[in-house]
Amino acid sequence: MSAVIENHHDDHHHGPAKGITRWLYTTNHKDIGTLYLWFSFAMFLIGGAMAMVIRAELFQPGMQIVEPEFYNQMITLHGLIMIFGGVMPAFVGLANWLVPMMIGAPDMALPRMNNLSFWILPFAFFILLSSLFMEGGAPNFGWTFYAPLSTTYAPPSVTFFIFSVHIMGASSIMGSINVVVTIMNMRAPGVDLMKMPLFVWSWLITAYLLIAVMPVLAGAVTMMLMDIHFGTSFFNAAGGGDPVLFQHIFWFFGHPEVYIMILPAFGIVSHIIETFSRKQLFGYSSMVWAMLSIAILSFVVWAHHMFTVGLPLAAEIFFMWATMLIAVPTGVKVFNWVATMFRGSLTFETPMLFAISFVVLFTIGGLSGLMLAIVPADFQYHDTYFVVAHFHYVLVPGAIFSIMAAVYYWIPKWCGNMYDERLGKLHFWLSFIGVNVTFFPQHFIGLAGMPRRYPDYSLIFADWNMVSSVGAFLFGFSQLLFLFIVIKTVMGGKKATDQVWEGAKGLEWTVASPAPYHTFSTPPKVD
Amino acid sequence: MIYKLFNLSKKNISIFLFFVASPLIKADWFALNMTRGSTDISNEVFELHMLIFWICVAIGVLVFGVMFYSMWAHTKKKNPVPAKFHENHKLEIAWTIIPFLILIAMAVPASKTLVKIYDDEAGDINIQVTGYQWKWQYNYLEDDVSFFSNLSTDLDEIYNLVPKGENYLQEVDEMVVIPAGKKIRFLITANDVIHSWWLPAFAIKQDAIPGFVNTAWTVVDKPGIYRGKCTELCGKNHGFMPIVVKVVEQSEYDDWVYGKKQEAIKLAELTTKEWTTGELMERGEGIYQVNCVACHQTSGEGITGIFPALAGSDIVMNNKDRNIEILMEGVQGAAMNSFSYLSEVELAAVITYTRQSWGNAEKGDGEIVIPKDIVDYKEPKI
Repeated sequence: MSAVIENHHDDHHHGPAKGITRWLYTTNHKDIGTLYLWFSFAMFLIGGAMAMVIRAELFQPGMQIVEPEFYNQMITLHGLIMIFGGVMPAFVGLANWLVPMMIGAPDMALPRMNNLSFWILPFAFFILLSSLFMEGGAPNFGWTFYAPLSTTYAPPSVTFFIFSVHIMGASSIMGSINVVVTIMNMRAPGVDLMKMPLFVWSWLITAYLLIAVMPVLAGAVTMMLMDIHFGTSFFNAAGGGDPVLFQHIFWFFGHPEVYIMILPAFGIVSHIIETFSRKQLFGYSSMVWAMLSIAILSFVVWAHHMFTVGLPLAAEIFFMWATMLIAVPTGVKVFNWVATMFRGSLTFETPMLFAISFVVLFTIGGLSGLMLAIVPADFQYHDTYFVVAHFHYVLVPGAIFSIMAAVYYWIPKWCGNMYDERLGKLHFWLSFIGVNVTFFPQHFIGLAGMPRRYPDYSLIFADWNMVSSVGAFLFGFSQLLFLFIVIKTVMGGKKATDQVWEGAKGLEWTVASPAPYHTFSTPPKVD
Repeated sequence: MIYKLFNLSKKNISIFLFFVASPLIKADWFALNMTRGSTDISNEVFELHMLIFWICVAIGVLVFGVMFYSMWAHTKKKNPVPAKFHENHKLEIAWTIIPFLILIAMAVPASKTLVKIYDDEAGDINIQVTGYQWKWQYNYLEDDVSFFSNLSTDLDEIYNLVPKGENYLQEVDEMVVIPAGKKIRFLITANDVIHSWWLPAFAIKQDAIPGFVNTAWTVVDKPGIYRGKCTELCGKNHGFMPIVVKVVEQSEYDDWVYGKKQEAIKLAELTTKEWTTGELMERGEGIYQVNCVACHQTSGEGITGIFPALAGSDIVMNNKDRNIEILMEGVQGAAMNSFSYLSEVELAAVITYTRQSWGNAEKGDGEIVIPKDIVDYKEPKI
């Protein structure tokens, strides 16, 4: 017995275990953060490959490469993989790496659950992707899986999809509980709530949103499962149910989900702009309050995704006004970033370039979101490429650019080497041009009348679709350069100092580069 | 499975390359904005769209202007010592209140337009619109006229075997006809999954939801042809169920209604006619192509795992009664819906077609179904 205890005791004083077991059994927040980040990058490439199939088919009017049936499977999996496999795990990975270091904690509060919440994810996506090879094909009802297309009319693989969503949900809920418990209990003395770095704040709020809405999603897919296999009629009008009920439940999850994918980005961008402006963030407390307001408002705007389902007039007006209200705190954030840059001492390293283009392009996405909130105009925009352009503007140069900015910003801390600045800038410019060439013309095709989720289109949309496809290929292939840059940085490069960036502030910059396997075993002193 | 879905043959590739240049000639670089509407409401919506668009542009120019100025003037080179200011309550209150006022300026006209759109009064003409996988049915409630409207673009155009026509994917076999200047109310619903009936020129987009009825209305003054699309993902042919509305003068509309009624009478006469196998087969093939081929395929093989094969199916070949029952009632819990809205002649013809095609006649009982069989099925059973 005592021998076992001694062995266990010894583990704590050694570095990482050797070989594959290091990654399988790890309870170290840095290892788990790394796993999450690599996993999300793999998913980003898979989801991206599907986007390439979509854009290749849309390169020309007519059906050329895939059949409509397979096209629908591509759009469905592209959406699900990018959201649940790309963006969300990347943010969880960043939280794992950074939250303990930013608050001066030795690790996450619940390290074994941390391991579990990561290691169930690959199974979820294995199940989801395996549905491509099943009879009847993969889920083909869009990532929003509206019933009854996703119940009575779904391919048999829908059951696997439901199981996969359940696993993803469990993983997210565990990850969020871990973040909340860590932030609430493990802050070093002196790190008060209103002194926490904004990334930590953004994740605290995000984690609460996740805990609130992932069970709702689980409920929605469980009701689908009951409808499909156990004879219930939650979403089947013929049995007394209501297909619109599905949409209410889905978007009650779905709208907070949108902010789950953008709040951590707000945190990241605030840090980067502050560092490279060499100037204190303009309004820390208003940034915190803005994030809290956005999070609370996110629960009362869900029906703006459903303006055309036939809601009563009062509901339409309520959801229009509530949605427009979100522009106020979002504006506060954008103005704060601009005011932080104003009269600063700016330099434009790769993270800053990504952060600035985040502010500009995210704002464009926000403004088109404002247009979409106007109900009578939404009758024209809804389910067209205008919407596709809108949410890709907030998700690609929004969420994904912030993740790339974060990787460039913190990778010297993670592996002790500076990335290649010239290659980083090249990657930025290729991505920036690619993203805009892809998604800006989609505003045009949407306004001109092309609905989304169409495998083929009328001839007037041909020119801008071709431009959009060219942009997509450019953006897609540029990400291989990102992979190369990251691998190159991990393998070697100029050694990074502890502070890494001249203007960087925060506890994570006080530890060595690369950050030791265990940091803050004793709490740091914070004034 | 997957190789089937990629239909890349050598022939296709060369045709694909041949037509690479064709859309460049026909397409339009200037299709950049929403088009002005054709009704009072859709014009108002267009004005609203332009108003918020310009407000957004102004906000963007202002915010990005300050930011770009700062990026130009406040670089480390030009401004080596950063300013120290932060938090300014006056400024922060201003940038909270001003956007709020701008939002109200947008929301008030938007709400007013919305109230106009939400007019529940009955129309002069009420048309029930029903979405099906993948076609629309129109039912004129006052005149008892009813028909289906299917995509009429040739498959060869879609698969790039022939050049695409001017109204590629925007043409149907039967248009909705409405008179100019009259208030038309659409009662929109669906038979299977959710669809959405969108006509941009009228600014109408209403989801068609099985089991529920949504309404929308319009008054169109200018005769002409207006085209729209389905805007809710409804399965594989979601992109192939367009909407075409033809607005005509009242007198022309009256003639059209009369013509439709005569057609219905002729169809009823067909029910009592003596049918030969050949006649039923000929009619059945057309009906099969329009209604069945999307799932069960031209070959009758279906798609493994989702849509059952009809070729070689025991029910199709040997069980005439069950055959009729499935078409009349649909299959519970599956994608197969009731087709009882087809006429007796159409049902008899299409069942006969499936019983006689793909070698089914030789392998099964080979019996045909005549319209009277369907009439008998519909008689109350004692």
